[in-house]
Amino acid sequence: MDLHFGDSKPTDEEREAVDALLGPPGSAWETAFGDAAVRSDADLRWARGGRAARERRDLLLPGLHAVNDRVGWISEGALDYLCRRLTVPPAEAYGVATFYSMFSVKPRPATVLHVCTDVACAAKGSAELCAGVEGRLGPGSGVSVERSPCLGLCERAPAALVVRAGAASGPDAAAGGGSGAAVGGGSGAAVGAGHGSVAEKPYATAVIAPATPEAAVLAASAPEAAEPEPAASLAVPQAGQPGLTLLRRIGVVDPASLDDYRSHGGYTALRRAFELGPAGVIREVTDAGLVGRGGAAFPTGVKWKATASQPDHPHHLVCNADESEPGTFKDRVLMEGDPYSLIEAMTIAGYAVGAHKGYLYLRGEYPRALQLLGNAIEQARARGLLGDDVLGQGYAFDIEIRRGAGAYICGEETALFNSIEGYRGEPRSKPPFPVEKGLFGKPTAENNVETLVNVLPILTMGAEAYAAIGTEKSTGPKLFCVSGSVERPGIYELPFGATLGELLGLAGKPENLRAVLLGGAAGGFVRADEMDIPLTFEGTRAAGTTLGSGVVLAIDDTVPLPRILLRIAEFFRDESCGQCVPCRVGTVRQEEALHRIAERTGAAAAGDIALLREVGRAMRDASICGLGQTAWNAVESAIDRLGAYE
Amino acid sequence: MTAIPLGVPRRLVEFTLDGQEARVPEGATILDACRAAGKDIPTLCQGDTLTPKNACRVCVVEVEGARTLAPACSRKAEAGMEVRTDTERARHSRKVVLELLASSVNLSTTPRAAEWIKEYEAKPDRFGPDAARVDEEPRVDNDLYVRDYDKCILCYKCVDACGDQWQNTFAISVVGRGFDARIAVEHDAPLTDSACVYCGNCVEVCPTGALSFKSEFDMRAAGTWNEAEQTETTTVCAYCGVGCNLTLHVQDNEIVKVTSPHDNPVTHGNLCIKGRFGYQHVQNRD
Ligand code: SF4
Ligand code: SF4
Ligand code: SF4
Ligand code: FES
Ligand code: FES
Repeated sequence: MDLHFGDSKPTDEEREAVDALLGPPGSAWETAFGDAAVRSDADLRWARGGRAARERRDLLLPGLHAVNDRVGWISEGALDYLCRRLTVPPAEAYGVATFYSMFSVKPRPATVLHVCTDVACAAKGSAELCAGVEGRLGPGSGVSVERSPCLGLCERAPAALVVRAGAASGPDAAAGGGSGAAVGGGSGAAVGAGHGSVAEKPYATAVIAPATPEAAVLAASAPEAAEPEPAASLAVPQAGQPGLTLLRRIGVVDPASLDDYRSHGGYTALRRAFELGPAGVIREVTDAGLVGRGGAAFPTGVKWKATASQPDHPHHLVCNADESEPGTFKDRVLMEGDPYSLIEAMTIAGYAVGAHKGYLYLRGEYPRALQLLGNAIEQARARGLLGDDVLGQGYAFDIEIRRGAGAYICGEETALFNSIEGYRGEPRSKPPFPVEKGLFGKPTAENNVETLVNVLPILTMGAEAYAAIGTEKSTGPKLFCVSGSVERPGIYELPFGATLGELLGLAGKPENLRAVLLGGAAGGFVRADEMDIPLTFEGTRAAGTTLGSGVVLAIDDTVPLPRILLRIAEFFRDESCGQCVPCRVGTVRQEEALHRIAERTGAAAAGDIALLREVGRAMRDASICGLGQTAWNAVESAIDRLGAYE
Repeated sequence: MTAIPLGVPRRLVEFTLDGQEARVPEGATILDACRAAGKDIPTLCQGDTLTPKNACRVCVVEVEGARTLAPACSRKAEAGMEVRTDTERARHSRKVVLELLASSVNLSTTPRAAEWIKEYEAKPDRFGPDAARVDEEPRVDNDLYVRDYDKCILCYKCVDACGDQWQNTFAISVVGRGFDARIAVEHDAPLTDSACVYCGNCVEVCPTGALSFKSEFDMRAAGTWNEAEQTETTTVCAYCGVGCNLTLHVQDNEIVKVTSPHDNPVTHGNLCIKGRFGYQHVQNRD
């Protein structure tokens, strides 16, 4: 490959940001190209890069983060320098940089205030929040206000997130611990070296939820001094109650302390796993009837067995923590409230499928989870619970955190692989399936956070006892993300089979409930009189809807339904990767039609509804991936079940 | 003597195609089988010498038991599969995809597009006069070829041809996301500031005319382009020892563009800047 570079140069700051990740360059060719003064004789005979650098293409996304974290945007010089260091063609890197919404290739202020305008926040006044923030900031404020899809803070809607690039001011900035002002963890340099250490970060973040314009503006002007976020356990109204399985440690253990985790039963499941051996673990998980909690409901045991039995090596384990489905925040609460449980579960999964490396792909909008997981990985490694010889059992396993950068589509399993590998986060077509050819073309088991965390009780209580929870076809406990018009929004744990009415009863169902969005933007609406729907995969299917990722978003009759439908359509249009025609253009046509009928009903809307149906059907049938295939679900259900435009 | 090595014989896969028994070599796609059986399936992003990205979705067919339709150009035939190519469901998706494409980009120079739009009774106008379009001005920034992304369907063929499948220059990429996704060079600069080596291989594979020879672009603008009057002559490039095959397209005794046969076992349609664009000396009559 014969790379061509323009003559734009990085600034010292940009170069430092990249070098902090990749280490100092080996040759002046890579640094001061064009600057003959610093070239040595050796450089003139040095063709560096080549395969060694090209094989680290997967450092492209961390590299883009490094620059964006330090400077706030990615200039031509910075991008070219990064490409030179990694032997990546600049056109491709530009294609990657422009794919993610948290990056900018145009100059922008160092402080970005992301204001969530998604469904739950829209229902709680995000429009007023945006207007208030923009009114107060005015031009020249040095803050760029960006409307954001769901930030995963729906229980505290309306939500905002401040990201300030550049070294955080003051020595205290790095010592934020679990607080909202924490300087995010998992240093870039460490990622490059394969360690997720919690070094000081060059950027500061603050999470404000529920947000008022005053609080958001204040946090944007001084993210380091923002009020600390409330503890994750406050998102769990059942916290501390007896009978919980997945949530039992949340609010009970100190998420920063490995000892505390161990004293609350931590790492007993891993010990049991070593007793059972990999095949034994897979048998338990299969017998327990565990199916994926991310929405697809695929049997986990089958996936693990298929991965474990592949002759091709190495095998990889990927934890999908790119929780971006609007209305979903359970993985965040699990990771923030009980981070070691995920680390332990990943270790067990890695052991079962024969992987020695686990990638934890975490959405870029979760600074506190990043910090706590980074800490957990470091502590576990220091105590021999990760590394060359886990628990002295001769099994080597380590975990690397990879940060997403704002792209819902990267939650699609194959798009996630592309994202880690340093390509655009576009889904691959299947077959081949990930268990055969996944990350880096190798057999890969990918599971989401909630699925993995279920493995712990399966091993500690045994498959039989686990399978006794829930129904015959949907076994175990299930987490639900309840938000919108309820009295006590948050994460609820119920055994599969509880009804929608029971769940909403716990959360405080409003008198004037109009509808419930089940399963998030990719799910569907059900009516207020359908409270008997059993919350199981088979029960929701029988009722013509879906459980999806466990979203239960309550909408009362004060919320204008057409506005919510428009927001959902806008979400899919924004998040389409653009690869295939039915999704790339179909989502635009869907949004246009919804705009046309936003104020219309009956016969006036009929033509556009027919059009929506035709386009929706082709999107469902002909799109490459689940995004395009489900983009019409919610709107269709609102028309058919709620009579949205009658 | 055969010019193309035959290789080891491959096993045959047996499956059903529109109710008929079909047998294709292992690894063949449903599209291969369709073509062998004389069925005409529309395709845009599929190319004879590139691995299709299966992004356009005009070739979708119904596979018994599958939740969604399958792209015939990429899905390999599997033993026992039951494939239907002309069901109402498949035709519906093709129709809508053609409508979505034709309503967002200019398909006037896409071969067969008009014919398919008619066949599938697609009505691109029904999204209304305000339907968003790509709406881009042609980019004329060099003397060799023009990029008119108003005609681009994002088939990824040019990216693959410039990248690891043909040319290994990696001058262009898909940038942006969703409806805003476009083909561009780094930093969205003019082509002249990019890594492009003007081999024109991207022009060779573009299925829509979004990439075209400057000569063709200018003649179309002047209204003098007339494909019916053109003759094509395949000859050997005389510049260097590689000896690539060139197909000269001649109108009114002037070479108007140069392509290259894709079935050539050595070059598969690839040329370099000299063979592709360096033809003026041939017709220098002074
Ligand atoms: S369905 Fe949408 S998100 Fe999925 S591949 Fe197609 S364009 Fe991309
Ligand atoms: S320019 Fe042509 S070849 Fe390239 S993506 Fe567009 S239509 Fe395809
Ligand atoms: S096209 Fe280029 S490589 Fe091929 S024979 Fe002509 S000069 Fe040589
Ligand atoms: S945080 Fe705003 S909708 Fe989820
Ligand atoms: S030709 Fe098959 S998807 Fe484009």
